Amino acid sequence: MADTRVTLCGIELDNPIIPASGTFGYGVEFAELYDINILGSFSFKGTTREPRFGNPTPRIAETSGGMLNAVGLQNPGVEAVVSRELPELAKVFRKPVMANVCGFSTDEYAEVAAKLSESEQVGWLEVNISCPNVHEGGLNFGATAAGAAAVTRAVRTATKKPVIMKLSPNVTDITEIARACEAEGADGLSLINTLLGMRIDIRRRRPVIANVTGGLSGGAIFPVALRCVWQVYRAVKLPIVGMGGVESAEDVVEMMLAGATAVGVGAANLTEPFACKRIIEELPAVMERLGIKNLREITGGAHNG
Amino acid sequence: MKQGLFELISNEKIAKDVYRMVLCGDVSAITAPGQFVNIKLEGRFLRRPISVCDLDGSADRLTLVYKTVGGGTRQMAEMTPGAVLDLLSGLGNGFDVERSGARPLLVGGGVGTPPMLLLCRRLVARGARPIAVTGFGSADEVFLSDELRDAGAEVIVATMDGSAGVKGLVTDAMTGLEYTYFYACGPEAMLRAVDAAAPESVAGELSFEERMGCGFGACMGCSCETKYGAKRICKDGPVLRREEIIW
Ligand SMILES: Cc1cc2nc3c(=O)[nH]c(=O)nc-3n(C[C@H](O)[C@H](O)[C@H](O)COP(=O)(O)OP(=O)(O)OC[C@H]3O[C@@H](n4cnc5c(N)ncnc54)[C@H](O)[C@@H]3O)c2cc1C
Ligand SMILES: Cc1cc2nc3c(=O)[nH]c(=O)nc-3n(C[C@H](O)[C@H](O)[C@H](O)COP(=O)(O)O)c2cc1C
Ligand code: FES
Repeated sequence: MADTRVTLCGIELDNPIIPASGTFGYGVEFAELYDINILGSFSFKGTTREPRFGNPTPRIAETSGGMLNAVGLQNPGVEAVVSRELPELAKVFRKPVMANVCGFSTDEYAEVAAKLSESEQVGWLEVNISCPNVHEGGLNFGATAAGAAAVTRAVRTATKKPVIMKLSPNVTDITEIARACEAEGADGLSLINTLLGMRIDIRRRRPVIANVTGGLSGGAIFPVALRCVWQVYRAVKLPIVGMGGVESAEDVVEMMLAGATAVGVGAANLTEPFACKRIIEELPAVMERLGIKNLREITGGAHNG
Repeated sequence: MKQGLFELISNEKIAKDVYRMVLCGDVSAITAPGQFVNIKLEGRFLRRPISVCDLDGSADRLTLVYKTVGGGTRQMAEMTPGAVLDLLSGLGNGFDVERSGARPLLVGGGVGTPPMLLLCRRLVARGARPIAVTGFGSADEVFLSDELRDAGAEVIVATMDGSAGVKGLVTDAMTGLEYTYFYACGPEAMLRAVDAAAPESVAGELSFEERMGCGFGACMGCSCETKYGAKRICKDGPVLRREEIIW
């Protein structure tokens, strides 16, 4: 029997599949479609201190093999997440959930992290210092080693839960940011967030997205994500949640061979709502075919020799 | 919402750049007129949202009417009987037929007209006598008039150039009409004009379009602000009530 279990920062997952933040809401839409307890875990929508409407529409554009989004962290704010979304989630999801934390200052990151940590449902904090769609905060912190270090430090002191810093590929050297997070006591890293891109409507001669730029995700970014995971795996000792363009069980194996301990699935959930269910069901057969008995043993496997 | 495979039964041109596609499959998730389906197309990352135009539950038949505006819809126009399409069906809230009163007004602008057909059938089945006002550029673009009439509506067509029906906008064709409620679907400028033209005492609902990432409420790609808070066009809409809209 193929063993799909992995351990992420001390918490065991039935399988490495984690729907990525922003593509799975707070879980309830998907719980209407299938039993989401089959997932390893999932990362809920990026949450800030105050409720946010986000950017004007259009927020979405299609690209070859992917999509752009400029949602701009629309969320109901941390109070509503704790008082409304998490109790709703508890009715349909029994496993530890990953809380995606966003902010516009180090204080905000710390405050949101502290509030979400109080919930027993939260297993890990995934700290988003890589959102390309808001004008302050977000990527401002994730773009420099000093910024990443400052947020890691602030969140580290605000929680006892595992802190996973979510990194952006829109930087010169992602390993430098990864090392800064490790040095400040991060327990894990999650990468990659979306790549900054844009489209122009050639009939209207205007950008498709109201925000002009958006974050690219989907199959098109898989090689970039894989390269980032590969580099970061060699640079730090932290476990990695690898994501970006994952669409199949084979992609999961490939991402793990590059160095991922767990694997995020984002845009695929939007175009194919049963994507994660399908990937989880495909995994054992794919493992069998590749001669993998214990999935946890293949992390970083492509680096040997 | 359901994901399912549908077989293409027919796909014919019914007006300039406009096609009617009949599909066969499990339509059980479709519960209200004004809902939409989201269609996967080979080689396109995002699905394409298209309104439910007509439905025959007992025969598992679904009719869509669409206009070729870009690569995806042009690809649809080239499909032939026997082709199999992957659809998410039963998306969105749809129109509320219970609020119509005896004499509802249905306003469709261009490819906002398709959902009016199933709506008309459902209203007539409840004993209402709908008036349908549809607006197009010119005579060669007009479609669904006969179908709406056969379904029991009094039909008034408006064309911009006057080559068919009333010359002008749907709002020109609305002048003097008396109605108990209104339902509208079309370009946003038309929706705004319809809202402005309807007497304040008459309630109504309007169906909106937005670029979508998922179509079932997961990505927040399609949000709009309403007087009742942020709503997702794909899940809490596409139909919004007149009184909640912030123009
Ligand atoms: C709820 C809803 C119901 C709709 N019902 C109908 C219908 O019954 N008949 C019909 O002809 N059209 C309908 N539309 C519009 C239809 O979705 C677009 O015309 C279609 O997606 C265009 O695809 P394309 O590849 O040909 O164009 P492209 O411009 O190449 O598409 C590029 C991207 O933009 C998106 N897009 C382009 N135009 C629109 C638009 N107006 N609304 C939303 N997304 C768009 C596409 O889905 C795609 O992701 C509806 C839209 C919505 C939101
Ligand atoms: C619509 C959308 C919204 C997103 N929102 C968030 C968010 O709130 N927080 C976050 O950390 N990442 C967010 N992301 C990034 C994803 O979690 C993921 O890192 C990225 O999309 C790459 O994975 P993919 O190619 O599988 O989608 C979002 C992505 C999409 C497509
Ligand atoms: S399109 Fe994803 S929430 Fe509406």
